Amino acid sequence: MTTPSTLDKVADRAARATPDSVARRIGGLSDKAVAWLFIAPTITLLLAINIFPLIWTVYLSFTNYKANRSARGFQWIGTRNYERVLNDSDIWHTLQVTAHFVVWTMSIQVILGFGLAWLLNRQFKGHSFWTTLILLPMMLSPAVVGNFWTFLYQPQIGLFNYVIGFFAGIDASSFEMLGSVTLAPWAIVIVDTWMWTPYLMLICLAGLRSIPDYIYEAAEVDRASAWRQFWSITVPMVLPFLMLAVLFRAIENFKMFDLVVELTSGGPGSVTELASINLKREAFEKWRTGYSSAFAIILFVTVFGAANIYVKALNRVKQR
Amino acid sequence: MSAGAQAAFRPKAWTGRLAAATVIVYALVTMVPIAWIFMTGFKTPQDSISYPPKAVFEPSLEGYVNLFTTRTRQTPEYMRSLPPPETWYDELVRSRSMVIAGPSKFGERFTNSLIIGFGSTFFSVFLGTLAAYAFSRFTVPLKDDLLFFILSTRMMPPIAVAIPIFLMYRTLGLSDTHLGMIILYTAVNVSLSVWLLKGFVDEIPREYEEAAMIDGYSRFQAFYKVVLPQMTTGIAATAIFCLIFAWNEYAFALLLTSGTAQTAPPFIPTIIGEGGLDWPAVASGTTIFLLPVLFFTILLRKQLLRGITFGAVRK
Repeated sequence: MTTPSTLDKVADRAARATPDSVARRIGGLSDKAVAWLFIAPTITLLLAINIFPLIWTVYLSFTNYKANRSARGFQWIGTRNYERVLNDSDIWHTLQVTAHFVVWTMSIQVILGFGLAWLLNRQFKGHSFWTTLILLPMMLSPAVVGNFWTFLYQPQIGLFNYVIGFFAGIDASSFEMLGSVTLAPWAIVIVDTWMWTPYLMLICLAGLRSIPDYIYEAAEVDRASAWRQFWSITVPMVLPFLMLAVLFRAIENFKMFDLVVELTSGGPGSVTELASINLKREAFEKWRTGYSSAFAIILFVTVFGAANIYVKALNRVKQR
Repeated sequence: MSAGAQAAFRPKAWTGRLAAATVIVYALVTMVPIAWIFMTGFKTPQDSISYPPKAVFEPSLEGYVNLFTTRTRQTPEYMRSLPPPETWYDELVRSRSMVIAGPSKFGERFTNSLIIGFGSTFFSVFLGTLAAYAFSRFTVPLKDDLLFFILSTRMMPPIAVAIPIFLMYRTLGLSDTHLGMIILYTAVNVSLSVWLLKGFVDEIPREYEEAAMIDGYSRFQAFYKVVLPQMTTGIAATAIFCLIFAWNEYAFALLLTSGTAQTAPPFIPTIIGEGGLDWPAVASGTTIFLLPVLFFTILLRKQLLRGITFGAVRK
C-alpha cells in the first residue's frame, strides 16, 4: 500500500528530472509554506490583471483623462463623470436595449431549455448523440459565428430569410433582419437563443436527474396526478438549478459584446447598441477614458448588486 | 439515469416517441447554420449568393484557395503572356482572370490562436493545479474568502477592466504581443481552473498521500507522485475548457491586438474579397477555425459537461 497502482510515468519522470538540491529544498517545506507557495502565484496574477486594473478604472473615472492624448495631462474632476453618465439619454437608451435583450433571451431560453431537458430526461434511444448535437452551438466562438449569421440574415440570398419566406409565404427579400429597426433587436435574440439554449437545457437536465426516484414513487402511492407531480415535485426541485443558470447567463448577456458586435455593431442607428458596445465606442473610438471608466464602474456595480439580490432570492427558494 | 420520472408519468409509447421526435427536430434545426457554414466553404462565390440558396451544388475549393492567398486581377493580355499554370490552385485562380500575389494572413492568425490558446491553457492549468491542491488539502486562513475572490473576478465585464489593461499594456510594451495575450487569458481562465480542479482533488482520498508520507515521502513528493497522476482526467477536462475559452475570445483580442499577435476571431470577419465579402472564403476560414472545437466537444463530451454545469450543479 506504499504507492497507488496508478502511479503515472510522466510524474515519475518529472520527479527524477528535478535536481536533488531543489527537491530537498522544496521537500523540506512545511505544509503551511507549501500552501502559500501553491496559492501565491494565482493570487498575484489575479491582483495584477483583475484587481489592480479595476482600482485603476475607479481612479480614472474621477478624472478627465483621454488615453489618446496621454501627454496632455489630466485633472481630478470629482464625480462629474458619474453625473454626466447618469444624465446621458444615450446611456439610458443602451441600458434599455440591454434590458430588452436580457429579458427576452432569458425568457425564451428558459422555456425552450426546460422543455428540451424535460423531453430528454425520458432517455430515448440515442439521446446522448442528440444531446451532443444540441450543445455544439454554445461551444463555438460567438464572434466568428455571429459574423456568419450576417450571411444567413441577408435578404434574398440568406438562408434564414429564404426559410422564413418559404414557410410564411412571403418574399425572402421583403424583410431585412439586420437592417430593420423593428427586426434587428429580435435578430440578436434569435442568434443568442440558438447559441445558449443548450446551456439552460444542460443545467435543467442536471436538475431533473438530481430528483430521487423515491419522491415520485411516494407521490404515486398517494395517487397524485401526473400534473400535480409535475408542479409540486419537478418544478420546485429544478427551480434552484434553473435560477442559477439564469443568473450566469443573465450576467453574461448583460456584458454581451462579441456576438452582437459582429452581427449588427449596434445598428441600425442604435437599436441594438448594448451597454458593452456603447462602452467600447466611448472608450476606444471617442477615447473618453474618464467618462467611460465611470460608465464601466456603474455597470459593474449594477451587475454585482443585482447578482447579490438575486442570490438572496435564490437561497430563499432553496430553503423551501 | 433515473427511470423514476418515466415510471411516474407512465408515458405511453407514443408520447415517448413524440418527445424523441421533438428533440431530434430541434437538434437538426440547430445544426443547420453549422452545416451551412461547412457547405458554403465548398461553394463558388457565385453559388454562395444564388437565389434560391443552393443546397445541392458542385463542390469547389475556391473558398479555401481564396482564404489562404491574396490575388490580383490582371488584363487578358497579361494572362495570355503567362506560362501555363503549374498547380491546380494556380489554374483555379487564373480561371477567374486573377493571379496569386502571395499568401494571406490567415495562416499567421491561426498560428497566433494556437500559440496563445495553448500557452495560456498551460499556465492556467499549472497555476490552477497548485492552488486547487492547496485549497483542497491545507487549512488556509480566509480560505472561503479567497476562493470567492478568485471566482468573483469572473463576474467582471471584460470591457470594464479593458481600459486600464490597455493602458498598462501600452506602457509595458505588451500590446499586440503573444506574451501579453497569454498572461491575460491565463488570468481570465485561472479562476475557473482553480474551482474545477479543486473539485477533482477533493475526490481523491487523502489517505493515499498520508500513506505515502508515512512511507517517507515529503508533502511535495506526495503531491507530484501520488496526487498528480490521479488528477490527469480532471486536468485534461480543465485544459480543454480553458483552451476553448482562449480560442473563442474576441473582446480583448480586438482591443489589444492588431497585427503580430492578432488571433483568428477578430481576423475572420475582416476577410474581404473583390466587391464585398467573399463568403466561401469566410466560411472556409470559419470551418477550419471551428473544427477543432467541434472535434473536442464530441470527443470529451462527458468531461466538458462538468465544466459547463460548473457552479450550478454540485455533485
